[in-house]
Amino acid sequence: MAQASPPVLELHGISKSFGGVEALRGIDFTLQTGEIHGLVGENGAGKSTLMKIIAGTHVDFSGRFLLDGRETRFRSTRDALAAGIAMVHQELSIAPDLSVAENVFLGVQPTNRLGVVQWARMVREASELLARLGLRLDPRQRIGDLPIGLQQLVEITRVLFSGARIVILDEPTSALSPPEVERLFAALQRLRQEGRSIVFISHFIDDILRVSDRVTVFRNGRKIAEAESSATSKSALIEAMIGKGRGEIEESYVHDITLPAPVAQPAVLTAHALSLGRSLRDISLEVRAGEVLGVYGFMGCGQLDLARVLFGKLKADHGELAIEGRKVAFASTAAARKAGVAFVPESRRVMLFHQEPVYKNVSISILGRIASILLKPAQERAMARRQVEQLQIRPPMVDLDLGALSGGNQQKVGLAKWLSYPPKVLILCEPTRGMDVGAKNDVVNIVRGLRARGIAIIVLSTEPETVLSLADRIVVMKRGAIVREFSNEVVSKDRLLEAA
Amino acid sequence: MTESPAESNVPSSRTVGAVLRAQMRNIAPFITLIFLSVFFAVASPSFATIDNVGNILTQVSVTGIIAVGLTFVILCAEIDLSIASVANVTGIAVAYFTQQESYVNIANVPLPGGVAILLALALCAALGLVNALGLTLIGIPSFIMTLAMMQIAAGISALLVRGQIAYKVPDLISTLGSASIGGIPWIVIVAAAMLLAGHLVLTYTRFGRYVYMVGGNREAAEYSGLNVRLIVGAVMVIAAVCAGIGGMLGVAHFGSAQQNEFDTYLLDSIAAVVVGGTSLFGGRGGIGNTIVGLFVLGVLNNGLDHVNIDSFLKILIRGLILLAALIINVYAQRLRATAKAE
Repeated sequence: MAQASPPVLELHGISKSFGGVEALRGIDFTLQTGEIHGLVGENGAGKSTLMKIIAGTHVDFSGRFLLDGRETRFRSTRDALAAGIAMVHQELSIAPDLSVAENVFLGVQPTNRLGVVQWARMVREASELLARLGLRLDPRQRIGDLPIGLQQLVEITRVLFSGARIVILDEPTSALSPPEVERLFAALQRLRQEGRSIVFISHFIDDILRVSDRVTVFRNGRKIAEAESSATSKSALIEAMIGKGRGEIEESYVHDITLPAPVAQPAVLTAHALSLGRSLRDISLEVRAGEVLGVYGFMGCGQLDLARVLFGKLKADHGELAIEGRKVAFASTAAARKAGVAFVPESRRVMLFHQEPVYKNVSISILGRIASILLKPAQERAMARRQVEQLQIRPPMVDLDLGALSGGNQQKVGLAKWLSYPPKVLILCEPTRGMDVGAKNDVVNIVRGLRARGIAIIVLSTEPETVLSLADRIVVMKRGAIVREFSNEVVSKDRLLEAA
Repeated sequence: MTESPAESNVPSSRTVGAVLRAQMRNIAPFITLIFLSVFFAVASPSFATIDNVGNILTQVSVTGIIAVGLTFVILCAEIDLSIASVANVTGIAVAYFTQQESYVNIANVPLPGGVAILLALALCAALGLVNALGLTLIGIPSFIMTLAMMQIAAGISALLVRGQIAYKVPDLISTLGSASIGGIPWIVIVAAAMLLAGHLVLTYTRFGRYVYMVGGNREAAEYSGLNVRLIVGAVMVIAAVCAGIGGMLGVAHFGSAQQNEFDTYLLDSIAAVVVGGTSLFGGRGGIGNTIVGLFVLGVLNNGLDHVNIDSFLKILIRGLILLAALIINVYAQRLRATAKAE
């Protein structure tokens, strides 16, 4: 688009650090009137940080901030809103117990002169606004009862039609179905024609290319490239994102990895046509003894729900599960554990008991094997000591409260608790998240050791490196469905990103 | 107080101050108990006598029996507000199934003593099971579910006695509730035995460990493959059965079975558990704490009688002591967190 008018927003040399860690380094960014500007970059590249500066969430940064050509400094999100800048955050920020209409008009409910809320008007206007996104919802119903994708759309409705002239959308499509994405894009085009400016952050590069006029690529807190959408391509953007051929020092698995031929072992866990609400659509997969199956997908693609269905925490609406060929329907996580399924969730908060000693954390899942009624603490400690030694957990004191251990060591305890009696199937969610390189290597070695013992392992992650470093076979999930399987072939990070 | 034996080998690297702070929850109630005992012993010559110690033991027995089950519930980070009503209805039921004197105007169903006791126990277990199902299958918060059960149990009591008073209970109950052996009241022995049993179960059995783990982090317990619903359901049944036993012996102890007889025991048993230092957030504490809590309340109630205070002021003082204990409970949680951060 040829731009005659001055840019609505101009940033020069923006830097921002969090406790000594530089999140943004000297970013220049321009947003034109009536433009949709796409932002891409890996997790932690700095996209969200920059947007939070624009929206007034982060007020402590260096660099020049020009709004309509005038030097501006917001002191809060309220200042930004007053200046016509609104943002849809990655995490939902709705009030679940209020109605849809109240959420659409959160904080700006229409009132009469006495300050009394005009309910009928609010409901009518809310349903008009929702209809512009193609949503036919009863505005009076409680928003918390809606599926997560619809909640996200209501929040988008609120921000899009709040009258803001700059709208920032951070990963708005992760929980949406394809037709909903279409309607959102149509609404964005109309807003652009009205002369508003939109910043659109997404992992879905196809979406970015379709909807935006220009694209900016971030990597490690720097702006790497900016291009007209019509003049670039998906592969060029991915290359800019992950820095292929630039001789980056960090290990980034940009090189190709050759996946082996499938092992000639029987399938241990088989899932057939699993569906769950809006988060899982017709998922079929199997994992064999001595095989690591990687499940890769962006945040919100449904892999966490899939893991929970496999461990009996969630119940699938449709579909079947089988362990060693025998059909199973887990009524509880305890039933899944008894059938030989082990589960390590993605967050330490939900996998461990921080106020209990290490040995109790290690023994919790296998207590039934060593004690029918009376506990045998000596045996528990001995067993825990063996695991602590094998996994090199530091410090090696099994009576220490778990909370005294470092994060990486806690994560190892979360794995250790399943290993005294090896399970048939081990499900690992984000097993290396937040770990340093050394701890990551430990986890890789542990998982390889378990594979060698014939355990069927499923690794689910939003980080391509994790899946690539661990898996023998990889399936890619997108919006609740498996869209691609890599097996017995050469795969690389950009091929994974391309498929997702 | 008594934690599991494992907890005694705390790593030596921690400073004494940090250990003290981490153990605040257990130390504070004990200091309160010693302080109250010394205060009343000085204030009244009749307080610190063997006879009076016996009085206190007898006075806390019914609360103690009820508090055993409640300790399990609170350790699981749940609450049971129906215990006093369940105690009441169980006591009434056992009398209802016993032959009463001719002047008692109740259309009851006399049965042999053993059968009456079994039916009463079945009744409280069934009420506990309803609580358990409401919590685990339907997902009603325990506060609300047991509030409803409080009314239901009170309603059954009302229908059974219809405003009348029954006196007779089976011989076994009557012995355990009001007789003594070698100068020691049976009810004290039963209370001690049940507290001991509760302690052993919580400390030395797999089920006890699960109770602590579910209370400590319910999500982690579920992701560790524990059957959380089964454990939560079980503690609700245990609480109701303990309340029922307390109710039957209480009826024998008081010498009558009537409506609203146990109303004060709800607050007393919750207070005993919490004042003793068991965390309302679950996972911390135990029967040892409950015993200290029982004595704090027992000494307080008994001592206030000895020092001749306005009996109306007594209620207020009890309330203030309870508030102080709750404040300590919450602070102990925070102190523990800071001790860990060091």
